[in-house]
Amino acid sequence: MKKIYVKEEVCIGCHLCEIYCAVQHSKSKNIIKAFKFESPRPIPKIIVAEKGYISFALQCRHCEDAPCVEACLTGAMRKENGRIVCHTEKCVGCWTCIMVCPYGVVERDIANGRKVVSKCDFCPDLDVPVCVAYCPNEALILAEE
Amino acid sequence: MDSSHLNAKPTNVTYTPVKERCPMMKKYVEKDMGGCSLSGIMNEDGSRISSDNIVRSIAVLHERGNGLGGGFAAYGIYPEYREYYALHLMFNNERSKELTEAFVETNFLVELVERIPTRNVNSIIDPPILWRYFVRPKDKLPDAEEDDLVAQSVMKINSSIDGAFVMSSGKNMGVFKATGFPEDVAKFYKLEEYEAYTWIAHGRFPTNTPGWCGGAHPFSLLDWSVAHNGEISSYGTNKRYLEMFGYVCTLMTDTEVMTYLFDLLVRRHHLPIEITSLALASPLWYDIDRMPPERRALCKAIRAVYGSTLVNGPFAIILGYRQGMVGLNDRIKLRPLVAARKKNTLYLASEESGIREICKCPDEVWFPKAGEPVIGRLREPVRC
Amino acid sequence: MLSLIQPEFIVERDREKCIQCKACVRQCAFEVHKYEPEDDEIVSDNSKCVGCQRCVSLCPTQALTVRENPLKFKENAYWTPPVLRNIYKQAESGGVLLTGMGNDRPYPIYWDHILLNASQVTNPPIDPLREPMELRTYLGRKPDALEIHLSKGSPKLKTELAPQLKLDMPILFSAMSYGAISFNTSLALARAAEIMGTYYNTGEGGLHPDLYKYSKNTIVQVASGRFGVDIDYLNVAAAIEIKIGQGAKPGIGGHLPGEKVTEPISLTRMIPDGTDALSPAPHHDIYSIEDLRQLIHALKEATEYTKPVCVKIAAVHNSAAVASGMVRAGADMIALDGFRGGTGAAPTVIRDNVGIPIELALAAVDNRLRKEGIRNQASIIVGGGIRSSSDVIKAIALGADAIYIGTAALVAMGCHMCQKCYTGKCNWGIATQDPYLEKRLNPKIATRRLVHLLNAWALEIEEMMGGMGINSIESLRGNRLQLRGVGLTDTELEILGILPAGI
Repeated sequence: MKKIYVKEEVCIGCHLCEIYCAVQHSKSKNIIKAFKFESPRPIPKIIVAEKGYISFALQCRHCEDAPCVEACLTGAMRKENGRIVCHTEKCVGCWTCIMVCPYGVVERDIANGRKVVSKCDFCPDLDVPVCVAYCPNEALILAEE
Repeated sequence: MDSSHLNAKPTNVTYTPVKERCPMMKKYVEKDMGGCSLSGIMNEDGSRISSDNIVRSIAVLHERGNGLGGGFAAYGIYPEYREYYALHLMFNNERSKELTEAFVETNFLVELVERIPTRNVNSIIDPPILWRYFVRPKDKLPDAEEDDLVAQSVMKINSSIDGAFVMSSGKNMGVFKATGFPEDVAKFYKLEEYEAYTWIAHGRFPTNTPGWCGGAHPFSLLDWSVAHNGEISSYGTNKRYLEMFGYVCTLMTDTEVMTYLFDLLVRRHHLPIEITSLALASPLWYDIDRMPPERRALCKAIRAVYGSTLVNGPFAIILGYRQGMVGLNDRIKLRPLVAARKKNTLYLASEESGIREICKCPDEVWFPKAGEPVIGRLREPVRC
Repeated sequence: MLSLIQPEFIVERDREKCIQCKACVRQCAFEVHKYEPEDDEIVSDNSKCVGCQRCVSLCPTQALTVRENPLKFKENAYWTPPVLRNIYKQAESGGVLLTGMGNDRPYPIYWDHILLNASQVTNPPIDPLREPMELRTYLGRKPDALEIHLSKGSPKLKTELAPQLKLDMPILFSAMSYGAISFNTSLALARAAEIMGTYYNTGEGGLHPDLYKYSKNTIVQVASGRFGVDIDYLNVAAAIEIKIGQGAKPGIGGHLPGEKVTEPISLTRMIPDGTDALSPAPHHDIYSIEDLRQLIHALKEATEYTKPVCVKIAAVHNSAAVASGMVRAGADMIALDGFRGGTGAAPTVIRDNVGIPIELALAAVDNRLRKEGIRNQASIIVGGGIRSSSDVIKAIALGADAIYIGTAALVAMGCHMCQKCYTGKCNWGIATQDPYLEKRLNPKIATRRLVHLLNAWALEIEEMMGGMGINSIESLRGNRLQLRGVGLTDTELEILGILPAGI
C-alpha cells in the first residue's frame, strides 16, 4: 500500500503543497480561477507545521486502525480500499473525528454555511497525489509502506 | 636545377606555398592525407633477392596511388659498406649540395661519395640531384651515441639547409623515392641492380599537399623506414611530444611521427617492438580491465606514461628495421593490411592481390587484428 | 540619511495572476516581499531585490517578473551606472566592496574565438554511439620512460609509477569551501563525484566528518589559513592540493564573512564562532620556491608518498615560469585558475581587474613545460569559467589533462549568479549556512542534476572527439592542430599556438 512520507530536512516551508491540494479539490481545478473567483475559496487538506526553521507538511495518514472511523457517529468516515474516506453528505459536523485524530490532520469546512469535515483523500483520480508531484524540493515522497 | 618539380601544377601559374606567404606560418606543416598502396617482403633467413617481386607486387596495387609519389626501402643492399651509414640525399640545386657536403664533412669521415645511378624515365620529370655518401663519425663513439649524432645531423640538414633532404641514413640499407608511380620509380633508380633481404614499397595518393620527392614514402631515419597508408588525427599531440625529445618535424607530412616514435621508444627507451606497438595502438580500457593483473598493470602504465604516443586515426604501416619488418594497424582497423607466410618469407600488403601476384600459394594468409603487430625477424642478427 | 543607491532590479507583479499564496514572501531571504493583511495584497521593496529569481521560479502562477532597472542616468559610456553605483556605495559605507562569483566584465572570451575540426573523406569520423570512445584519464607524475624487460618471452614492468588519480572522465569539481557553500552542497558534490568516478575538492574549509565516507573521491586542500588541516584530514584524502592562489582573487587569501561562521563551520575549520575567517595572502611558510618544495615534501612524507600532491595557482602574468618551478619543486599536478573563476567573497576591484584569461595561461604553461622537456612530470588541471563541453574540448586540445568546474556545477544545482554569496542569504540554499535556507538544496536533487550535467557533457565530448577522428582522450591532449582561431590577432594566435581558420 503506497503512503506519503515527508522528509522534513528538505521541506522549505513554501506552502505550495497546500496551494496545489486546494486547487485539485476545487471546482474549476484552475489555480487562478480557484483562488480568485470561486466562493468559497477551496481549502487545502494538507497542513504545513512550522516552528523556527523546521517545517514539514502533514496529511491524513490513512491509518490501519483509524480512530476517526471508530469515533464517527454517522458512519460518514469509513475505510474503503485501504484508504480512509469521508462521505461528507453523511457528515453532521460533530467534530468528534477532529478530537480523536492523533495527528490533527482533519479540518472543519465551515465557509458559506457548510458544516462538514475536510481531510486528505489521496487524490483518487490521479496516479500521484498533487502534493507529492508539485513539491518543489521533493520533500514529499510516495513509497511502499 | 630549379624547384618547379616541387609543384604538380603547370609552370605558367606561380604558386607560393603558404609557408612563404605568412611569416608566422614558419612552423606550419600541412597534413598529408593518403589513400595509398603498401607492400613488403622479408626473408627471415637473410637471403637477398632482387627487386623483381616487390615491383610486381606494388604494380598490381597501381589504382591505389595517383602517381604523385612512389618509393622503396631495401635492407642488405650495401654489404661491402655495412659498417658505414649510407646517406641518400636529394638536392634541388648545386648550392644546397655544397652546403650539405660542407656540413657532412665537418662531422663525418666520408668513405665513398657517388651519384645514385638512375636512368631516364618519361613519367619522372625534373628529378632532383641524387647522391649517396658512406660515412661514419669522425671520432669513434659508442653505438648509441653514433646513432644519436647521425639522427641529429639528419634533422639539422632537413630543417636548416634549404633544398637538401636526406632520404635515408641507415647502415646497409637505403630508401629510393620520387614523384611518380612506384613501378616507374623502380625503373628510374635501376632497382634491378640491388639485392635485399627486406623490400618495402609504397605508392602515394596525396589529397592535400602537392607531391614532392621528399613527401613520398617510405620515411626513414637511421635504420627505420615507414610506409604508411592513413591519416594521423593525433598528429598535433604526437608532434609536440616528440619535439620535447629533440625531434624536429619538418617533412610536410604526418608519417614522420611514426618513424620518430619507433626511434624514440625502441632505440632510446629500449622498449621491445611488441611493447612499442602496444603504446602506438593501445588496447581499449574495456579490454585492459579484463586482463590478468600483471598484464593489466603493464598496459595501464604504458597508456598512462606513453599516452601522447598513441596514434589515433586510420593507419596501416609497414615498418622496416635492421632486424626485420613490422606490419601494424590502428586500434580499430580502419585501413586494410594483409599478411602471409611461405617458408622463410613474410609478406605484407594492402591487398591480397599484391601478395598472390608474387606468391601463388602461401602457407598461410591472414588479416592482422587491429592493434596487433605482425613481426618478421632475422634468424641471426645481421652483422654490422 | 538619504541613500543614493538606486535599486538594481524592479519586481513586477501581475495582480490578475497573484493569488496571495505568500510563497514569495516566505522564500525571499532578502525580505523583498511583504503581505499586507488589510488589503490582502503583497507589496515588494525593489531596493532589497538582488535578482536571484527565487520568487519568480517558485510562483505557482508565474505572476512575478524581476527585471533590471533600466538606465536612469544621462547616457555616459565612461561613467556607467555600475561605476557610479560603486562610488555611491563606498561613499556611504567607507568599506571595501565585496562580491561573489566570477569576473563579469566584458573582457575577451577566447573560447568563443576558437573553433574545432571535423574529419571528412580522408579520415573517417568515429560514431561514439557505435564505437568505443575513451575518456579515462590518469593524473599524476609520470616518468620520462618505462623500463620493460622481456623475461622468458613475456614482458615485465620494472618502473614503479608514482601515485595517480584515476578519472573516468576528464572533469573534476573545483575547490569550494565548506563555509562558502552549505553542507548539503558539499554532500551533493561528493556523491556526484563518487557516482561519476571523478573527484571533488574540499576547498580551504576543512572536511566535515560526515563526508569522510566519500574520501576515495576527495581532494583536500591545504590553503594559507590551514583550516581543518590535521593528519586525519591528509590521510583520508585521495590527493592533497596546496592552494597558493585562486583565479577570482590572485594575490589575496580566502574570505569567509563572520555571518557564515556557524557552529559546524567553526568546528570544521577550528576557529571561533562568528569570527571572519580571513586567510592570509601568502602561506607564511612559503616565501619562495624552495619553501614550496619543502611543504610538498612535508606533505608527501606525512602521507608516506601514497598520494599525489597538487599545487593550485591563479593565472597571472608569469604563470609559465611559476609552473615550471612548481613542477621542479615536486608538484605532481598543477591547477591553473583563470580570472573568470568564482568565489564566495572577494573584493570587487580585485575580482574584476587581477589575473589573466585561462586560455592564454594554459597555452603558455603547456608550451613552457614542453620546451623544458618536463611536461610529463606533472598533469595540468585548468579551471576558471569553463562553461560547456566545448570549452572542455578546447582546453584539452590546448594542453590540459583535466578540467575543474566550479561555477558550472553550482549553476547546475540552481545558482542564478546574483553574486550575493558573501551575505550568506543564498535563496537557493547553496552559499549559506542559515539552516532555514540550507534546506532548499535537496542533496538528492542536486546530485541528480550534477550527474546529469556531467553525463551530458561526456556524451558531447565523445561526439566532438569522434567528429575529429579521435577515439581516445590522450590523442586530443595538446593537439593544437585540431583548433583554429577566428577574429584573433597574430600575437594572440601565436600565444595560443593555433592557426587561423581557413588554413
